[in-house]
Amino acid sequence: MDHVAGKPVDPRVTEAMLPYMKSFYGNPSSLHTFGQEARQALEEARTKVAELINAERKESIIFTSGATESNNLAIKGVANRNKDLGTRIITSSIEHMSVVNPYKFLTTKGFEAVFLPVNKYGFLSLENLEKELTEKTVLVSIVYANGEIGTIEPIKEISKIVHSKNAYLHVDATAAAGQVPIDVKNEGIDLLTVSSNDMYGPRGTGALYIKDGIRIEPLVHGGGQERGLRSGTENLPSIVAFGKAAEIAKKEMQAESERLVKLRDKFIQGLLKPIPYSFLNGHPTKRLPDNVSVRYSFIEGESMLLSLDMMGVAASSGSACTAKTLEPSHVLLAIGLKHEEAHGSLMFTLGRQNTEEEVECVTSLMPGIVKRLRAISPLTPKELNQ
Amino acid sequence: MYTEKVMEHFKNPRNMGEIPDADGVGTVGNPVCGDLMTIYIKVKDNRLEDIKFKTFGCGSAIATSSMITELAKGKTLGEALKITRANVADSLGGLPPVKMHCSNLAADALHAAIEDYYKKHKDEQGKG
Repeated sequence: MDHVAGKPVDPRVTEAMLPYMKSFYGNPSSLHTFGQEARQALEEARTKVAELINAERKESIIFTSGATESNNLAIKGVANRNKDLGTRIITSSIEHMSVVNPYKFLTTKGFEAVFLPVNKYGFLSLENLEKELTEKTVLVSIVYANGEIGTIEPIKEISKIVHSKNAYLHVDATAAAGQVPIDVKNEGIDLLTVSSNDMYGPRGTGALYIKDGIRIEPLVHGGGQERGLRSGTENLPSIVAFGKAAEIAKKEMQAESERLVKLRDKFIQGLLKPIPYSFLNGHPTKRLPDNVSVRYSFIEGESMLLSLDMMGVAASSGSACTAKTLEPSHVLLAIGLKHEEAHGSLMFTLGRQNTEEEVECVTSLMPGIVKRLRAISPLTPKELNQ
Repeated sequence: MYTEKVMEHFKNPRNMGEIPDADGVGTVGNPVCGDLMTIYIKVKDNRLEDIKFKTFGCGSAIATSSMITELAKGKTLGEALKITRANVADSLGGLPPVKMHCSNLAADALHAAIEDYYKKHKDEQGKG
């Protein structure tokens, strides 16, 4: 139940991918028949990804090596190409590191980066956005929904504010795309990051939607593939698979999200109700269907993960002890949690294979795990150990 | 990530709990950093007659606490003061490098408990 870290590839996706690994090895740039077959497959995949997010045309989709590259391409690409329009760039304090670090990098290149706060649910403060958005602002990058706490941002309202000052809006939809309907036209999104693996496609593939008329600078220079914005021979098997994954996600989204929301809410209830001093991270309803993020006082996340792992359950935590940096998750700190609260967080992300029985199994294990760790902890109030 | 020995101590921690009438108590770490340990000792004839721990922290924090109680129990105070962080890590078959610093505080907690005992003991002598 740690799907945010990695999802299995849907067997139907693997099936669609295989011919392009076995027989169709043409290069889409070649003029001969083999090349043209490859070109057709590439463009069909592009159409499917475009349809998932209601892009105006398939040419608005640029294939990349994944969400990290898409975020880098969008942020550095827009900022560097449009420096004459302004050097102020704005984002939120709950972004993925592939947004945070390009922003920090750009501050070494003459840009002024602003990280806006969020409230306790993780919603961006629109007032603050209005206040910080100046005529010099060239780009605003906001996550569609944060993968750690699941909160879905009011993108349409954000877009109106951003466009009132003629800045561009980039949205990182890595966790959201394929789970909730996204409409770049209706929501007023200028650039959008999507990832293949997050919708049950293979890793190492993603896309960036770029609205018509927006000038961006490429990160990779070379043979001019992908409208010159991402050179290098296209990774056709993975792109075809990504297209299939997007097609399945679009078709099954409504039924699957309804199923997951029910499962999610049952899971959250089961994790919180029987255990005192337990809390939900993020918003109760405006959250991704797959996201279950909770915290327990007086104990630490990694010890919960180890306990679950011993019983065959995979989850993740915002605790420093599970990170490379030894700092708790910046997202959990941004929603106002104290360090020790962030250390006690536990996150499950549900997937297509997870069933009600599995959710019931985990919720039945949790009280015992928490009780045991609380008995070991010196922070636990005496009455809880009786 | 962890050795079998670490996991074994995490699953079945030895000497977990408090000693209400402890002769010495040592607490190190900070919940803000994600690790907090308290060691309780009972001293008789200059030996650690009993030792117990309570720990808030990750798997290695709990395992090192458990291990130090095993290493120290029955030892003289002088011997116990010689137990190092490295001894604890070695006895567990090693710890991941990132945990060597942050979650290997048990030796410090034991030393703090013994110092606490010495301090109290000295006070009592002073009074007498």
